[in-house]
Amino acid sequence: MDKHELQEFIAKRVAKELEDGSIVNLGIGLPTKVANYIPDDVEVLFQSENGFVGLGPSQTEETADPNIVNAGGQPVTIKPGGAFFDSAVSFGIIRGGHVDLTVLGALQVDEKGNIANYMIPGKLVPGMGGAMDLLNGAKKVIVAMQHTAKGSHKILKECNLPLTAKAAVDTIITEMGVIKVTTEGLLLTEINPEFTVEEVQEATEAKLYVDKDLKKMKA
Amino acid sequence: MDKVVDIKEAIKDIRDGDTLMIGGFMANGAPEKLIDALIEQGIKDITLISTDTGLVTTGSGKLISRKLVKKLYASHIGTNKETGRQMNEGETDVELVPQGTLAERIRAGGYGIGGFLTETGVGTLVEEGKQKITVDGVEYLLETPLTADYALIHAAKADRNGNLVYKGSTNNFSNVMASAAKVTIVEADEVVENGEIDPNTVHTPGVFVNRIVNGGAING
Repeated sequence: MDKHELQEFIAKRVAKELEDGSIVNLGIGLPTKVANYIPDDVEVLFQSENGFVGLGPSQTEETADPNIVNAGGQPVTIKPGGAFFDSAVSFGIIRGGHVDLTVLGALQVDEKGNIANYMIPGKLVPGMGGAMDLLNGAKKVIVAMQHTAKGSHKILKECNLPLTAKAAVDTIITEMGVIKVTTEGLLLTEINPEFTVEEVQEATEAKLYVDKDLKKMKA
Repeated sequence: MDKVVDIKEAIKDIRDGDTLMIGGFMANGAPEKLIDALIEQGIKDITLISTDTGLVTTGSGKLISRKLVKKLYASHIGTNKETGRQMNEGETDVELVPQGTLAERIRAGGYGIGGFLTETGVGTLVEEGKQKITVDGVEYLLETPLTADYALIHAAKADRNGNLVYKGSTNNFSNVMASAAKVTIVEADEVVENGEIDPNTVHTPGVFVNRIVNGGAING
């Protein structure tokens, strides 16, 4: 799989985690692609942290209403039944636990569910935006990312970049499999049949426990 | 009451070193004409509170790219490379604040709240120098209020009393910023007579607004 196919594969698998009737916030990049694969029998309301629920498809330049943008500043639409509000209300929704699920990318995740995804000191300091609030406030956190960064480990024993949040991640979904963060450590619950358990462990610094009922990962 | 003034009149008492809150999210809902007028008037060494610094050529980012900002409070600066450069080279003092915490600190400033407790940032660099308070076994950070000398915001519509209506996602930080500054200046695309905005649909009450500029009447 090339990078594009890999991301689509991960996004498709994440989409299966969406529950009917839930409020969902998708991060920028790979997580945004999840919206393209919502199962037909599932209806979710997407929250955009800049101030609305009911986030709809992107707009083309011809149809763009400059008044409506997503959290990446791109022109989008709002669906019937959506609502606009200010940033204090938006983060009241997030901090107050009214978002059921957030899907975010990460630079590093560790076996305690710690996550680093907002800065590389001295190199890349874009800021945390709404990520810290989402990681603390959302009821469930899924990290959707490629398993390694060009071969170097991203799923670690302990993050060494500045953390975005502590013990916040519930599930990690990569092209190699689905990993749940448990109090005992990282539990591999699904594996992409293209890989062996040994290969997944090789690509993971933290120790993986393998679920007794390990399933084949299907996108 | 008529709060509508000429754009030059609206900003003429803003001084070097003042603290400004500027609305907009990636410049969506930013008061572009007020920012341009302020640059034209000339200002420096400001403390800027703005959730991001737009792009180099839009929103509050225009003040950054002209090196007019001494201290910045923002949640995200990744879309304006000049902000990162100034921070890394020590030209601008940047305090990164989680976006929800920034909104709530501003709201606290405007609503007479002495601070608030949040789990956001616990165990991260954000907690440095902050008081931690444990309530019912949960550890929180005490986040303090933010206020400003001036808030510069944009609205789709204003009546002469300053009641505001926003369109789409352009509200973002504007509503809370309006409450938290000594003087709030609004750039409205349309100014209407009192009574023309249904009081049931007002997003920001005119109580929080001091001056209104009719942005729709300004060319460019």
